[in-house]
Amino acid sequence: MHPFAYEAPGSIDEAVALLDKHGDRARPIAGGTDVLVQARANRWDLDAIVDVKNIPELTQISHYPDGSVSIGAAVPCYQIYEDQKIRDSFPGIIDAVEMIGGIQIQSRASLGGNLCNSSPSADGICPLIAYNAVCHIAGPGGDDDHRDVAVEDFCTGPGSNVLGRGEILVSLVLPNPGANFGAAYERFIPRNEMDIAVAGAGVSVKLNDAGDTFEAARVALAAVAPVPLVVPAAEAALVGNPVNDATIEAAAAAAADAASPISDMRGTIDQRKHLSGVLARRMINKAVERARG
Amino acid sequence: MTTQVTPGPSRVHVRTTINGNAHEFLVPPYMSLLDTLREIVGLTGTKEGCLDGNCGACTVSLDGRIVDSCLVLGAEIDGKSVETVEGMASAEGLHPLQQAFLEEAALQCGICTPGFLVASKGLLDNEPAPDEHRIRHWLAGNLCRCTGYDKIVRAVQKASAEMSA
Amino acid sequence: MVATFEPKSEYKVIGTRPIRHDGLDKVTGRAIYGADIKLPNMIWGTVLRSPHAHARIKSIDTSAAEAMDGVHAVVTNADLPKAENKMVDLGEGATNLKWAVDNILASDKVLYAGHAVAGVAAVDRYTAEEAARAIKVEYEVLQSATNVEDTIASDMPAILDEFVGSPGAEESGHANHVKEFVHEFGDPDSALSDADHVIEAEFGLEMVHQGYIEPHNATAVWDEDGRLKIWTSTQGAFTVRQQVAAVMQLPESKIRVTPLEIGGGFGGKIPIYLEPVAATLSRKAGNVPVKMIMERRSVFEGSGPAAGGKINLKLGATKDGKLVAADSTLRMEAGAYPGSLVGASGMCIYACYNIPNMRITGYDVLVNKPKVAAYRAPGSPQVAFAIETLIDDLCEQAGFDRWEFRRNNAAKEGTRRGDGPIFPRIGMEEVLDAAKETDHWNADLGEPSPGRVRGRGFASGYWFNVGLQSSVNLSLNDDGTVELVEGSTDIGGTRASIAMQAAETLGITAEDVNPTVVDTDTVGFTAVTGGSRVTYATGYAAYNAAIEMIDKLKVRASLLWSIDEEDVQFEDGVFSSKSDPELSIGFKDLAGKLGDTGGPVTSTGSVDLEAAGGAYGTHICDLEIDPETGKTDVVRYTIVQDAGRAIHPAYVEGQMQGGAAQGIGWALNEEYYMSDDGVMANSSYLDYRMPTSLDLPSIETVIVEVPNPVHPYGVRGVGEVPIVPPVPAVGNAIKDAIGIRLREAPMNAGRIVAALESENGS
Repeated sequence: MHPFAYEAPGSIDEAVALLDKHGDRARPIAGGTDVLVQARANRWDLDAIVDVKNIPELTQISHYPDGSVSIGAAVPCYQIYEDQKIRDSFPGIIDAVEMIGGIQIQSRASLGGNLCNSSPSADGICPLIAYNAVCHIAGPGGDDDHRDVAVEDFCTGPGSNVLGRGEILVSLVLPNPGANFGAAYERFIPRNEMDIAVAGAGVSVKLNDAGDTFEAARVALAAVAPVPLVVPAAEAALVGNPVNDATIEAAAAAAADAASPISDMRGTIDQRKHLSGVLARRMINKAVERARG
Repeated sequence: MTTQVTPGPSRVHVRTTINGNAHEFLVPPYMSLLDTLREIVGLTGTKEGCLDGNCGACTVSLDGRIVDSCLVLGAEIDGKSVETVEGMASAEGLHPLQQAFLEEAALQCGICTPGFLVASKGLLDNEPAPDEHRIRHWLAGNLCRCTGYDKIVRAVQKASAEMSA
Repeated sequence: MVATFEPKSEYKVIGTRPIRHDGLDKVTGRAIYGADIKLPNMIWGTVLRSPHAHARIKSIDTSAAEAMDGVHAVVTNADLPKAENKMVDLGEGATNLKWAVDNILASDKVLYAGHAVAGVAAVDRYTAEEAARAIKVEYEVLQSATNVEDTIASDMPAILDEFVGSPGAEESGHANHVKEFVHEFGDPDSALSDADHVIEAEFGLEMVHQGYIEPHNATAVWDEDGRLKIWTSTQGAFTVRQQVAAVMQLPESKIRVTPLEIGGGFGGKIPIYLEPVAATLSRKAGNVPVKMIMERRSVFEGSGPAAGGKINLKLGATKDGKLVAADSTLRMEAGAYPGSLVGASGMCIYACYNIPNMRITGYDVLVNKPKVAAYRAPGSPQVAFAIETLIDDLCEQAGFDRWEFRRNNAAKEGTRRGDGPIFPRIGMEEVLDAAKETDHWNADLGEPSPGRVRGRGFASGYWFNVGLQSSVNLSLNDDGTVELVEGSTDIGGTRASIAMQAAETLGITAEDVNPTVVDTDTVGFTAVTGGSRVTYATGYAAYNAAIEMIDKLKVRASLLWSIDEEDVQFEDGVFSSKSDPELSIGFKDLAGKLGDTGGPVTSTGSVDLEAAGGAYGTHICDLEIDPETGKTDVVRYTIVQDAGRAIHPAYVEGQMQGGAAQGIGWALNEEYYMSDDGVMANSSYLDYRMPTSLDLPSIETVIVEVPNPVHPYGVRGVGEVPIVPPVPAVGNAIKDAIGIRLREAPMNAGRIVAALESENGS
């Protein structure tokens, strides 16, 4: 591991200045559960680690009157699942943050870090997509250097994303999902904890008031493409159609069809395509159940 | 770590509390909390198993939350409080978990034991009466290769019963 | 003549559950493991390893590393004593010295990804690791193979040149396919052709790792007088001394090995890896202590897996359920150097049963993976998978009851083991009988979770348990407590089980005996902690030492009372005169009078024991499968095992539970997953999926006691058998749950789903 300096800025301005100065040779850490492992494996040679946990905007959960929530990029998993309002309003997020790593990892790892690590198998990204979450990003250009990017547009490849030099993910904003909405995330792992998804599915649905027709849907798959994979065909198979097994099977089949995984030590192509369909079906059903309350 | 100058960036000044005692030292900025405890503070009860957060042998409590100390930098504990296995026993004697681990034969080689003890304490401090599934779920981040976990779970149950009695 | 003992039914210490002597240190963090040692002026070493599975080393340039700040020494194979191409005995069997040295640091070729190439010592570990990256190695990459089929392909070059043209290779047709043995008895070919029911199948397994949580470590320093001192976590300090002496070409007397606490081994901490590198770095750095800790990835890539391989098995039975013939071919992966332990596989494959006509053909297969090390009953789980699976299938094909068939054909005293020995008193029948009486056997499977299916399987297993050499020293304190010095490193509570046998013999409590594990200067030769031998053999040595101490104390009592020593007897902790009932003194009181009778009393015990009968276990497994995902959860698990005599039952249960947990991992998820270019792709605990606490149920245990007649307390050894039955027990349960037989391990979710889909024709 290349010996790096430790910086712990107290403001976004300081953080982006440090990241801008070092470019590729610095990484921010919140929990460090990915970055420190990768630095130790010599994936990068870093001159500096920028610890962002002293920056207020990155460490807060804010609930807004309109029912939306902003989760600071460095908020650890346990603070998210111990937040009763998030538990009540965003159970699909809870599904993910309760399964990332074990208890020790959940003390440190953040949803923002999970997103910035940009692994196709990340458990946190698909449910964020299901909730139509938006990334608030700050850049090195001063107070006006902010931009918003939809989570589904954030990742650009395994381990890569839209963040440019000096940019930092500040927070994730989840809009109020409204009534008749449900979301859920599940992954397949061979053990019961401490594994990386062989495949995962994050789904949200919005039903009509009668609860018998899909009005909107998001279907995203983990670990079956170079990035967390949004499946428009599966969403289209649901929207406007009645809530029944045939509709859900059609969407699940579309998910399995869209998956374009690789074979590796965690699973084979066939297994992952198959699991994509199974998990999509199960998560659509679970999302419907939650939507119906 | 000797006082011979190590290559790389300057050491970081840390003031922290470890097992209730104030400590102040300089630490290389890239050094893990695990190595900081073992090599600088001199507490070798916290064990190295994997260095990537997958075995829990290095579990310590950081401001009351259990963490893998291999995935924390020593520099990060400035101003914080760390508890290790060495801090579990008190003047009155062993912590009930330590006593239960002995009585229930919950250790064989013992390398994972400090991590399991600190993790189990983290559970019982917050949830005095967890059921077996909750214990197994909480401890899933701690690998044991010797016991098959059965006697560890029994020991945590026994300590839980004694602490709430 | 081997002494035999009548079993007693009642003991004072044996069979109780005292707190282990080393427990307090281990629950308070005070116990000193290998990585915990700190010496004055100590520096840190690390190892640079090969990224290639098979390559010729063209050059190694260490100059950039040596020039780095904080770097004290860099070593390669050239810094080790030149190794002759000759066979040497390293305690774990004979090996070629060049291979032994090359596995420490590669010379001309690297033979697996992870093969050590160079060592670096620096002011700290981080600096050493950075310096290792600065070493430039030029490789000529060669074709590699990581499985049985690929390694014997006609275009695959020999991994070891020494086998080109060797007799074994000539016979098998490839230099990487080294024939080891054929055991034959009766007339297996005729018996198979005459049998009413014949069944055959091929089974495949991947390499697995012991998975001990503590990585390998070693610290070494040279004294001014040229003596090498080593501190390490090992299963055998004397075995380390023996191996280091061979590699470093030193007399054993010039080496002292101090075994520190060991964080698991399971066989994998018998070979040496780091010790000669640390020693060579120490010398080159000016005789300062050098400490090394192997990183986890290297533990997987560079240290002891258990053999994978292919097993072909054919069984024949009569229509009335008699097993009459067996023929097997075992092709076991040895890694890059010979030593798959296929010999042990041959000893175990038929050992649960009486089979009058049999053949076993064993091959050691060289592959570009790390050299195999022992792993808990080495060689036995693989062949148990084959025979216990095929017996279930034979029973299904022929309509036999699976338990009755096993019971009717069970091995017993007088049965011939496949490789020749005739069994003494063994407990296979008792174990099967006890299994049938368990709550588990007689309970329903229970309701599966919605959408899931359940199944139950059972299987048996055998391990021969070794004896070998052990030494124990006792010294009596004047308060009647006893210091016990032993050479067996304590991996799982053997200080307690040895001390308890001494205490039982001396008539004192377990707490009155203070056991200490010491270095190679301080006690007589003691073989490794392994082979389920310590409680059996070192316990026997402790018994002998205690008997000698009692004999000496009888003399002291006779001096005290001025009577003949033949007139003194010892019973229930009391010395007394046979002729004068007035004369009696307790053990502790007599200990207080040593000064009056000639001074301190010490004693020694040493043994060199034959293997004694071995031990059997039967496991019952209930599991639940999600047929859509292949997810498999073991929901109930029971172990029945013959311990001979359980000295400390809690640690006997612990051995049984731990072995089963490893076996369940082996059955379901654990494997060396090799990439196309021959690199282990899952060399972390994240992807080498060992069971967590949430992956296992409470594991129930039933200890059967069929005392071993050649041990004073009937001990058989318990550590290894429990890893043998799980793979087939899980496989048989999967078959029961989904109706499909899997013959490739691990029987993971991907394989289960693929099997179900192909069954359904989708």
